[in-house]
Amino acid sequence: MEGHKKLDVWSLITILFLALFCLILVYPLFEILRQSVLDESGHFTIAQFVRFFSQSYYSKTIVNSFKVTIAITVVTLLIGVPISYFYSFYQLRGSKVIFVLSVLCCMSAPFIGAYSWILLLGRSGVITQFLSRYLGIKIGSIYGFGGILLVQSLKLFPLVFIYMNGAFKNIDNTLIEASANLGCVGLKRFFRVILKLSMPTVLAASLLVFMRAFADFGTPLLIGEGYRTFPVEIYNQYLGENGTDHNFAAAISVIAIVLTALVFFIQKWATSRYKFSINALHPVQKKTPRGLSGFLMYLYCYGLVAISFIPQVYIVYLSFRNCDQAVFKPGFSLANYQLAATKLLSRSIRNTLVLGVGSLAIIILFSVLIAYLVVRRPGFWNHLIDTLSMLPYIMPGSVIGIALVLAFGKQPFVLTGTMLIMIISLVIRRMPYTIRSANATLMQIPMSIEEASISLGTSKLKTFAVVTVPMMANGIISGAILSWVSIVTELSSSIILYNNRTITLTMSAYVAISRGNYGLACAFSAILTVLTSISLVVYLTLSKSEDISL
Amino acid sequence: MSVEIKIRHALKKYGENVIISHLNLDVKEGEFFTLLGPSGCGKTTLLRMIAGFNTIEGGDFFFNDTRINDLDPAKRNIGMVFQNYAIFPHLSVRKNVEFGLRNQRLSQDEITKRADEFLSLMQIDQLADRMPDRLSGGQQQRVALARALCIKPHVLLMDEPLSNLDAKLRVEMRTVIKEIQNNIGITTIYVTHDQEEAMAVSDRIAVMKGGVIQHIGTPKNIYQRPANLFVSSFIGRSNTLEGALVMENEVPHLSLGQLDVAMDNVQEKYRKNQKVMVSIRPEELLMRRETESGLKAIVDDGVFLGLNTHYFLHLASGMEVESIQESTIEHTIAKGTEISLGINSEKINVFTADGSANILDGVCNDCTDV
Repeated sequence: MEGHKKLDVWSLITILFLALFCLILVYPLFEILRQSVLDESGHFTIAQFVRFFSQSYYSKTIVNSFKVTIAITVVTLLIGVPISYFYSFYQLRGSKVIFVLSVLCCMSAPFIGAYSWILLLGRSGVITQFLSRYLGIKIGSIYGFGGILLVQSLKLFPLVFIYMNGAFKNIDNTLIEASANLGCVGLKRFFRVILKLSMPTVLAASLLVFMRAFADFGTPLLIGEGYRTFPVEIYNQYLGENGTDHNFAAAISVIAIVLTALVFFIQKWATSRYKFSINALHPVQKKTPRGLSGFLMYLYCYGLVAISFIPQVYIVYLSFRNCDQAVFKPGFSLANYQLAATKLLSRSIRNTLVLGVGSLAIIILFSVLIAYLVVRRPGFWNHLIDTLSMLPYIMPGSVIGIALVLAFGKQPFVLTGTMLIMIISLVIRRMPYTIRSANATLMQIPMSIEEASISLGTSKLKTFAVVTVPMMANGIISGAILSWVSIVTELSSSIILYNNRTITLTMSAYVAISRGNYGLACAFSAILTVLTSISLVVYLTLSKSEDISL
Repeated sequence: MSVEIKIRHALKKYGENVIISHLNLDVKEGEFFTLLGPSGCGKTTLLRMIAGFNTIEGGDFFFNDTRINDLDPAKRNIGMVFQNYAIFPHLSVRKNVEFGLRNQRLSQDEITKRADEFLSLMQIDQLADRMPDRLSGGQQQRVALARALCIKPHVLLMDEPLSNLDAKLRVEMRTVIKEIQNNIGITTIYVTHDQEEAMAVSDRIAVMKGGVIQHIGTPKNIYQRPANLFVSSFIGRSNTLEGALVMENEVPHLSLGQLDVAMDNVQEKYRKNQKVMVSIRPEELLMRRETESGLKAIVDDGVFLGLNTHYFLHLASGMEVESIQESTIEHTIAKGTEISLGINSEKINVFTADGSANILDGVCNDCTDV
């Protein structure tokens, strides 16, 4: 009787997850490691790594990637934190519009922004030509570093915005009042109290932006031109013009994993220095913005959202313009959509929805279960599950794509070209985000609430279903929006895994751009934008009626 | 239906760290029993072992004759009130109260009827449709109590239920709790660190320290004849002085420096010359004029508190003591006044030199004739 542990339903779930993760995470990762140290004839070699680091043509991509990614992270924080502050602490008119539009910005596929900005500010862009023709102003090149920074910052700041809203909402009004009482107000209070309290979230948002920007592959591909980044290089090596080189692609992937892992641990270390928990009993009373500062606040919020949203609107507008291959002509028609209908439009939409809904359902189910295991039943095995599930967090999408192809392109598990492998890649890529938010939410729910339910005669599993899950719903849903966004617009692993049967809207749009068929690309992108807009509106309407304040 | 609770040789370990060992406890049917002690004494741990939320590393726990060690917490039929109330934030007051009823095979009518009964018993029937975030602390407390009681549990467990309330509400709610418990007659185990609260509500109290029960008894007995020096200083205020027991003509005398008192209530086995610890409550220190015999002391301060006046003094040895006197119409005794102190020898307590046992008659630690 001493120290024995009873096996229950949860122990079984632990075992199932371990088995599953071994198959879909550990095995592919092992494959990629194995391939990276083999030559074509299957002998051990480190030649691939030597090649990468000895030739600046390759190693330069690391430096480039880091430079632009760090710049993007800093800029998104600089523009994202203020808008979130205004949104959370002031009663802004149309705040819902600001929120919805900025979420829409980050919902777009990464290359759509780049593509649209090229059409606006590129060499033959509308604004560029207008300025030089009528005002004689040359705005210079937006290709390369600047372009990637512009596009990615405007696309990724909403992540900071969403994350920080959560943190600011958790700040107890009495803390604000207490600091005012102690003579600390205005900017000083913002930096010394509000931002300090939100520091864990700032770091979490930074990491998220960093990982996204670092792994992004669509933007630098289109707007990067000579500025070559890491993920593009991986893709080029895997499927590039020089023919495929699996072993070298695997080696670069390994380097990528090591680098992102390093960033991940630095962030973890930084976060560990801000360990405290706050629980807002008295939510912040929103103030009404007044006077000049109020005007500037509105200008900033709406201005930022407008600039970020322009590309989307412009793409939708262009989708109705007549177009011959890469040249837009005067006049409007539905020709682009008619063309799209002949080019797998219905299949792309169906695949996108099936993949999106299917993956999201699996992700939510897994995340809630894993969060419960990790938070409520800590132990070696559940900790291992948590660690394993976080692995994809540090793996760029194209690396995951390559790993899955290497693992499931041969016996005993042949899955390449199926919907299943697409779902697997989406699930393992996006699950870490939802698990994190589910973990965080569950940690805030006091254990005694579940104990109360159990003491009232409810079984453990039923308690989980009727008490724990409903209380977690808020946190899960906000995590799930982000997951849905990235699933629908996912490019970097799909580009390696897709084929004609499993093509998605995002892939169709990308294929059209790469073939120089700009009107068609705009039509696909516009449909994608409408689809994501509708899902967001549906989500907001649904979640409103179930608004739970914890 | 109430049960009696029997605990034999309870053992609680976290890893190699023993929190509670060989603890025995009997709680009678329908009794209001309180576990009282400073934080970290193991009282909440013990309560959670009874509830089933902490594992039991050894010993036996019985509800009547049923051994509950391995019974699932959901099947123990326990009503529990938590320190933070643990109200389900996503359910209305009524849904919270009905929550446990829905796990029993009851018709919807029966559920509604039972919930109504307890909502009105706790006087929260007007709040039935509110969400918990719009309830005050006292109201949440009432919901928690209604929810715990309406499943008609065998046992009611309460873990510091009043510690989140303000002082006035605390006094009000403890009266409510005591009344409800009296009416329903349910066996109740109540955990608190507040000795005044414990005295106010309990039939019997177990004072705990370091995972060991120091004294089980009625509030009156624990206050007047504490089993050891720890209990005496934890319950109420107390001046602790060193003294000696001296046998003179077969009669034990307590010697405190200048003061010597005959003590005819010393237990037979302790009647020998020895060093002792003396615990004197402030109201047992009698202030007299300086010329009378007694302990010489100097008044440091006098605080008028209405019914009583509270004096802070120091003895010739430098030791600080407190005394409470009924306020008189005359002036409060001025600072710096020299006086002498007598003691109420019937009420004071005398312990062995190590403080481990009370050597006077009338100590009743877990005795049956209460």
